[in-house]
Amino acid sequence: MFGYYLDLALRSLKRNKVLTALMVLAIAVGIGASMTTLTVMHLLSGDPLPGRSGSLFYPQVDSNPTPGNYKEPLDKLDYPTAMDILNAHLADRQTVVVDSPVKLRAPDTQLPPLIPSMLSTTSDFFAMFDVPFRYGGAWHAEDDDKHARVAVISSDLNAKLFNGANSVGRTLRLRDTDVRIVGVLAPWRPAPQFYTVAGGRFAAGKTADFYSKTQDVFTPFTSGLEINDGNFYQYTCWHPAPTPGHLQNAPCAWLGVWVQLNNPTKVAAFKRFLDGYAAQQHALGRVVRPQNTRLRSLMEWLDFNGVVPSDVRLQTWLAFAFLAICLFNTIGLLLAKFLRRSGEIGVRRALGASRGAIFAQCLVEAGIVGLLGGLGGLLLTLAGLWVVRSQPVAFADLAHLDGSMFLLTFALAIATSLVAGLLPAARASRVAPGLQLKTL
Amino acid sequence: MDILPILSTLRRHKITALLVILEIALTCAIVCNAVFLISQRIDRIHMPSGIAEHELLHIELANIGAKADEKARTAADMAAIRQIPGVTAVAAVEQVPFGNSSNNSGIKIDPKQNKSTLNATNYFGENVAETLGVQLVAGRFLQSDEYVDLEDAIKAFAAGESNSKALPHSVVITQAMAERLWPGQQALGKQLYMGSELPLTVVGLMKTLVRPSIWDDSAAQYSMVIPIRVNSGQYVIRTAPQDRDRVLKTALEKLKLINPNRVVLKKRTWDEVREKFFQNDRAMTGLLVGVCIALLVVTALGIVGLGSFWVAQRRRQIGVRRALGATRRHILHYFQTENFLLATIGIAIGMVLAYGINLFLMTHYELPRLPAIYFPVGAVLLWLIGQAAVLGPAMRAAAVPPVVATRSV
Repeated sequence: MFGYYLDLALRSLKRNKVLTALMVLAIAVGIGASMTTLTVMHLLSGDPLPGRSGSLFYPQVDSNPTPGNYKEPLDKLDYPTAMDILNAHLADRQTVVVDSPVKLRAPDTQLPPLIPSMLSTTSDFFAMFDVPFRYGGAWHAEDDDKHARVAVISSDLNAKLFNGANSVGRTLRLRDTDVRIVGVLAPWRPAPQFYTVAGGRFAAGKTADFYSKTQDVFTPFTSGLEINDGNFYQYTCWHPAPTPGHLQNAPCAWLGVWVQLNNPTKVAAFKRFLDGYAAQQHALGRVVRPQNTRLRSLMEWLDFNGVVPSDVRLQTWLAFAFLAICLFNTIGLLLAKFLRRSGEIGVRRALGASRGAIFAQCLVEAGIVGLLGGLGGLLLTLAGLWVVRSQPVAFADLAHLDGSMFLLTFALAIATSLVAGLLPAARASRVAPGLQLKTL
Repeated sequence: MDILPILSTLRRHKITALLVILEIALTCAIVCNAVFLISQRIDRIHMPSGIAEHELLHIELANIGAKADEKARTAADMAAIRQIPGVTAVAAVEQVPFGNSSNNSGIKIDPKQNKSTLNATNYFGENVAETLGVQLVAGRFLQSDEYVDLEDAIKAFAAGESNSKALPHSVVITQAMAERLWPGQQALGKQLYMGSELPLTVVGLMKTLVRPSIWDDSAAQYSMVIPIRVNSGQYVIRTAPQDRDRVLKTALEKLKLINPNRVVLKKRTWDEVREKFFQNDRAMTGLLVGVCIALLVVTALGIVGLGSFWVAQRRRQIGVRRALGATRRHILHYFQTENFLLATIGIAIGMVLAYGINLFLMTHYELPRLPAIYFPVGAVLLWLIGQAAVLGPAMRAAAVPPVVATRSV
């Protein structure tokens, strides 16, 4: 029966090519617009570390001593607080991160100096965040204690400096210090660059920069502070720093700490530790709002920072409104198409076809329109993503269609056209055969 | 034209009529809001900067090397740039309008205030306002004996010596900022406080001077010029518009000559600075314009499709009317009036929807209220589109010959 309906549908679609083209075009444009924005949304609001993010937490203590009724702690920590949390070693893994621009030369090459961004962190960073290595590996925990002059570099930087060859063991000059490369990352592009996210609630939705590429150089925290001393930027200071760029003893928040807690008991214990620490520091007079401690999970932290840019959310709303209009359009056109064939439907009904059969036949026709619209929509989605990639935003290079979105495009197209087909098909199946036959 | 027969026909085609109405309503609601968003973005792109944009160049060098040498290096750089023919002024700065990287302070008008009255940006650098070409409306610019070195100021400030000679004591602010701090009052001679500790006396008022980075458009002009000298490797150069390319090239050559190891981070005219600053807004504007056009086209095509269907369905009815004496013009007007009626209902619903969407955007995206002018303009636009779309099918209807009536009644 399905084959027969298919044949009828194709004949009917061929009969009025303009109307068919209009319907297919309406669905294709609606699908193209909504799938483009949905793909971008999907990429930007996704979990940067699937399977792992649940055990990663971002501890916060309000280290700002200025009195006042502040509801939230600062987004970053000052040096003493960060070191106290890190040195407690209560979590399964813990790390601290801070990025700074650094002058970089590769003495083995003739390339002019670069100013890439350097992440100063600890050896746990790579294991905690599942960072993939191409050559070599992370430095060891002793290297952190020894202020070792070692570095891990990104795949991009390795390609730029060493044409992608194994550069483990070679030397880089960071500002005036030589460091030995111990590891080269495989391409790693977490979206967003979650471990440095902060201050999103003050960004008024302009958060596209949270999606920039990772830093190019990673050094042990202790070494990084020495190598690039004087070039660190604060998140905020409650008093001016005595020496700008050197923040270890400054009244400034500038460090992010991440901890890995593998089960709920440990999470609860760690939160108790934070509360106890804040209360103790309150007694010492260093903390004025001991109640302002937070232990948000990775996804909660991203959510709190509203990482998806408001422009992207607005575009998604717009695209779905667009799809709705295309849907109304298609309903109207299908209705026109089916009712125009009232005579034919009357004959089929008179010859014994049931209402259900007519309904099914009409839906098959709507489904074919959806399939064609889906194909057009797929092309338009690819074109739309190409446009997104040419936009001047940090996440532009991420905009690609993946397998699940590819399937969703067709599912959405066919679902849209079937929904659009329901009402017209129901109307067509209620055509009174007698009336139609009389006018033939 | 008698509309009662039209209404009774529409009552027989409730669903089709409803679809046209809904499509027009949604299109009206979305296009009104999208056009409003476009106008907001365009206003933003043309935000006044208060500086002589077509005469300015920006150079930023990587800030590296020992701090002690920076003062001498800056002096050497400035002297070299000044020698270039055509350069009328040069200033060493730490941030620039629309530069995106900024240094801001909470400002109080009473040191005992708990929270700052507003947040303003700090422009440092000797003669920065004069070099940028900022317009002064009252008072004076800063004088050379008022300037202090940034390092000295930081040390004195950290030591808590608020009356020290190493600290700045005067400030030039924008009119917008003065109006927010002291509404309706004369701001000259008044004191404002950076944080709670540093009092500054307002000695001049600038017409406008935009901030380097803007989170909130209403605070875009909250800028202060503070008499502090900086040596951070950023220069603003002023020259005649036609000399800009040559001066920029020469300046870079001279700076390379002074120290070949420095990394040039930025070298650009202010036309480029503005272009880069607003590139996202421009991209979004383009996208919204595209969506509006696509929406109107889809709606128009939908009206054409349904119009054609109705005409085909009513061929006999039209034939009968023609045979009974209706002219072609009558038939044409019938379809035009029908479309006008549907469009009117659609527009009325669309306006309510547009208002609702605007309320949603106001709460979630901090957008202002939709101006009333959008409603009549949107209505006229949709009426015109509706009439244009129905014209083709209506003409085809008018061309139906009366003889159709005689066939198979």
